[in-house]
Amino acid sequence: MNVIEVKDLSFVYGVDTPFEKKAVDNLSLSIKQGEVIGLIGHTGSGKSTFVQMLNGLIKPSSGQVLLEGKDIWEKPKEIRKVRFKVGMVFQYPEYQLFDETVYKDISFGPRNKGLGESEIDETVRRAAKFVSLNDKLLGKSPFDLSGGEKRRAAIAGVIAMDPDVLILDEPTAGLDPKGRDVLLSQIISYHKERKNTIILVSHSMEDVARIADRIMVLNHGRLEMLDTPRAVFSRVDELESMGLRVPQITRIMTILRGKGYDFSDGILTVGQAFEEVVNLLKKEGKR
Amino acid sequence: MIRDVSFGQFIPGKSLIHRLDPRFKMVLLIAHIVLIFCTFNFASLGIVTAATIGLILISGVPFKMYVKSLKVVLIIVIITSLLNIFYGSGDPIFQLGFIKITLEGIFRAVFVSVRIILLILISSALTFTTSPTDLTDAIERLMSPLKVLHIKVHEIAMMMTIALRFVPTLLEETDKIMSAQKARGADMESGGLFKKVKALTPVLIPLFVSAFRRAYELAVAMECRCYRGGDGRTRMKTLRAMPLDYFAVLIECILLAGIIVCNVFLTSVI
Repeated sequence: MNVIEVKDLSFVYGVDTPFEKKAVDNLSLSIKQGEVIGLIGHTGSGKSTFVQMLNGLIKPSSGQVLLEGKDIWEKPKEIRKVRFKVGMVFQYPEYQLFDETVYKDISFGPRNKGLGESEIDETVRRAAKFVSLNDKLLGKSPFDLSGGEKRRAAIAGVIAMDPDVLILDEPTAGLDPKGRDVLLSQIISYHKERKNTIILVSHSMEDVARIADRIMVLNHGRLEMLDTPRAVFSRVDELESMGLRVPQITRIMTILRGKGYDFSDGILTVGQAFEEVVNLLKKEGKR
Repeated sequence: MIRDVSFGQFIPGKSLIHRLDPRFKMVLLIAHIVLIFCTFNFASLGIVTAATIGLILISGVPFKMYVKSLKVVLIIVIITSLLNIFYGSGDPIFQLGFIKITLEGIFRAVFVSVRIILLILISSALTFTTSPTDLTDAIERLMSPLKVLHIKVHEIAMMMTIALRFVPTLLEETDKIMSAQKARGADMESGGLFKKVKALTPVLIPLFVSAFRRAYELAVAMECRCYRGGDGRTRMKTLRAMPLDYFAVLIECILLAGIIVCNVFLTSVI
């Protein structure tokens, strides 16, 4: 079932000023329930504008966004309901923290949703667990947390609304390598448990290759590719002409293949590459 | 969106107005505003209007931008002209109970609205064609005689530059934080005044936090580049008056002469 369908979606910035710019240009696509979509594109390709149209923060200049088959702008007064269904974590979300305690801040979304106190408590604690924030941290002021903890608290604030579709705009930007890894595996386990749809906007091809079912490539506001990671990352030259690249390990394996090693095509993660190398060594050993 | 405010925005260009010395531009702006308010008959009003429109035409800034900046004051123009219509003295040309409209009242309304419109147009022309740094540079130079009174002119100008520089940054930041809180279901549109003010807390707190963070970072960056105030500071680009600037002064003088002539030889209508 398609959870989100986009038809001829366009957005133009700064109409009637000298700064007019077409940010999103005639996009049409559909996203299935439970899918993980990786969205890549270089800076200014329209990624952020596109995802903000999905939850009604930006009204499209033309075209439609259908959520479960219904146009989200059909009743503009009820656009808030869409935002509870399509949760959005912005870039550097830690700058949105404002309340006295982490607990209160995470409960901001559920409270806006109009849940009762006991339900709020339940969703807040569940969301905190997903990003492994313990009870001691929940009682602290958000401004006393470390950078990584702040980031996780902010993400929990969106997860607590229990959205059907979760959009994450560069969730790992600015974190240290370990923090990136931890956060990414938390997102993966969250997805496994909730079975909801996730759209991950990222500059890191490694992150996208690791978790996405399909990858969407935007360039100058146009949809260039929407396919499995394997298919997208096999089009190396096209990606490079758009200022993108393939994961490092894919590149290394392609080069080795070119030198005559018998590796299979479309290796996307270090884990896969490791297995390939082990298999090859075993074969060599038998000979 | 908040970003759609066009008043006070700088639009880069190469027109004659862009190339004028900012100091001259500021002084001429003040002179021109005085002229706008010294019009007492239609001939002088016509001269000032023609001059202002001529100036915004050669400024090379799209006319739409001026229209946009006028939209902001539209309500003020309407209210003040309505008030003026009813408060003119003289023989009423229309009377209904205590409401009376006189010819003088109508003229007053026309003059007041045209004056406000011209005022906005000419000041927008200055900000559209002058970069904020040029503007504060000009203020610093124009205020420099005050140094005799031990007023820290450079520091004041620097504060203005920084404030102006951070207006778009903070607007963008506000926009971003508002979007983030709206994404969490914050309701900023509906409800009464009290509810609306309360709904701003989740926006204002992060905004203040980030403003302080930026201020601290900027202070550190300035110290790293050995900034220590205005004493003994020289400039790479010093402003120098060009023939074009004197030409602009000449035109303004001719306008002044024209208006004086009109005011002396023609009767005032308001």
